[in-house]
Amino acid sequence: MDKLPIKMKAVDLNAWFSGKQALSKINMDVYSNKVTAVIGPSGCGKSTFVRNLNRLHETIPGATVEGAVFLDEENIFKPRYDLVDLRRRVGMVFQKPTPFPTMSIYENAAAGIKLAGRVPRPVVDQAVETALKQAALWNEVKDCLDKPGIGLSGGQQQRLCIARTLAVRPEVILLDEPCSALDPISTGKIEELIHELKKEYAIVIVTHNMQQAARVADFTGFFLLGELVEFDVTGKIFTAPRDKRTEDYVTGRFG
Amino acid sequence: MKRTTEWIIEKLIFISGIGSIVFVALIFFFLLKEGLSLFASVNVFSFLFGVNWYPISEPPQFGILPLILGSLLVTLGAVVIAVPLGIASALYVAEVAPKWLSEILKSGIELLAAIPSIVLGFIGIATLAPFLKNVFNLPSGLTALAGSIMLAFMAMPTIVSIIEDSINSVPRSYREGSLALGATRWQTIYRVILPAASSGILAAIMLGIGRVIGETMAVLMITGNAAILPTSILQPVRTLTATIAAEMGEAVSGSEHYFALFAIGIVLFVISFIINLVADFFMNRNKKRNKKK
Repeated sequence: MDKLPIKMKAVDLNAWFSGKQALSKINMDVYSNKVTAVIGPSGCGKSTFVRNLNRLHETIPGATVEGAVFLDEENIFKPRYDLVDLRRRVGMVFQKPTPFPTMSIYENAAAGIKLAGRVPRPVVDQAVETALKQAALWNEVKDCLDKPGIGLSGGQQQRLCIARTLAVRPEVILLDEPCSALDPISTGKIEELIHELKKEYAIVIVTHNMQQAARVADFTGFFLLGELVEFDVTGKIFTAPRDKRTEDYVTGRFG
Repeated sequence: MKRTTEWIIEKLIFISGIGSIVFVALIFFFLLKEGLSLFASVNVFSFLFGVNWYPISEPPQFGILPLILGSLLVTLGAVVIAVPLGIASALYVAEVAPKWLSEILKSGIELLAAIPSIVLGFIGIATLAPFLKNVFNLPSGLTALAGSIMLAFMAMPTIVSIIEDSINSVPRSYREGSLALGATRWQTIYRVILPAASSGILAAIMLGIGRVIGETMAVLMITGNAAILPTSILQPVRTLTATIAAEMGEAVSGSEHYFALFAIGIVLFVISFIINLVADFFMNRNKKRNKKK
């Protein structure tokens, strides 16, 4: 696994919420064209970890961070690093589907593109269509693109949020428990989608669901109490973990 | 023993609760009874759309159109000033300012609400009117514009605190969704937060209007009190409220003049009622939409 191209690399990453440590000394890699799963019990810091990969963590009042995260060998925490550029390159989908309430399906999908500045309408149209197709939503919404985004079902909303992220053409996609609010059918669709997307993107997925990690991820990191206990290829984590705590967790003995 | 106390407390609370409704109803009926008496001798149309307000000439003329327009002009001016300022300061307090500063600003804005309107009118006469007189080279600074500026100050606390509340009630997830797409803070504010808070903003504007249109003392002092059809914001005007306040003392009880002032009260009541209704509508829509998420 050392030969794989590294897309993002966390080095001694520490994070706090109002002085309470949420991450300690995380060292972890994210590989290009691979799916990396982050698992662990609630409150173990997995969301905090991915939220540091696009520096969203520090937008919460009282949240602080130390250490480094490299994106293509450039430290995203270095002074005056362009956050807008970072977040366009490292897209994120949240646990709860969050289409913008006042925007139509089309406007939601186009939101990221339009932020970048004036883009001719045909270009936006094309990008919206491509993104919605990639997110496997196009066939369901192509006739009602001007309907409000919050009128869709939960699973559709989540795929709309994925489309919104894809439309910006990022390099890395962070998925923070993208299926935890969805039914099994929608979940299945999103997992299929993840398989498709890894051909083009580096993907990090936070999940509570260990079967899901086993199904979609090439690599898995197990977090516990703010520490990265073990990081390895997914098969090893689930069948031959080195650490006793990982074994206890994946076999369901605690957590 | 316990039962009796319980019973008494229950009834007391009931009476207090029902009392407020009864009082409102009584006030409304009294207003209606006195005001409607006017229309025995004056027809409604010439009252609402008559351009001459000469209540004590012979024969008296009771046209309140200049007063209605005066009120609307002053209110409109106040809204035009207070709304952009209100939105901007609410945004600064809710989104931009560091926490300690926004706490100070919030108390400052609330303090503005605590200034009695007569004091604002006083300051207006002493400083604003001479200033406007010089700037626009007017015969007198006591104009609709002076009233609008003073009233804008009065409406600001209402507008700012309601807009700030509605900005704060925009779920964090929208903000993060926007930031995660690579939006700047300003893009997030005007593409996501302001639209999501739009109902609250409209409600704030309506309540601000309600506050302004009912205001009496300051406008009485500062708008020049001329019951003429206003053609410019730099002219003196007279509002509905100021008319009642200025003339009630000298109107003979039971005279047409007296009834006409009550009829003006009805007009004001109807206007405020409509404004509150519209504000309520927007407030509820805001709540519902945020609950949905």
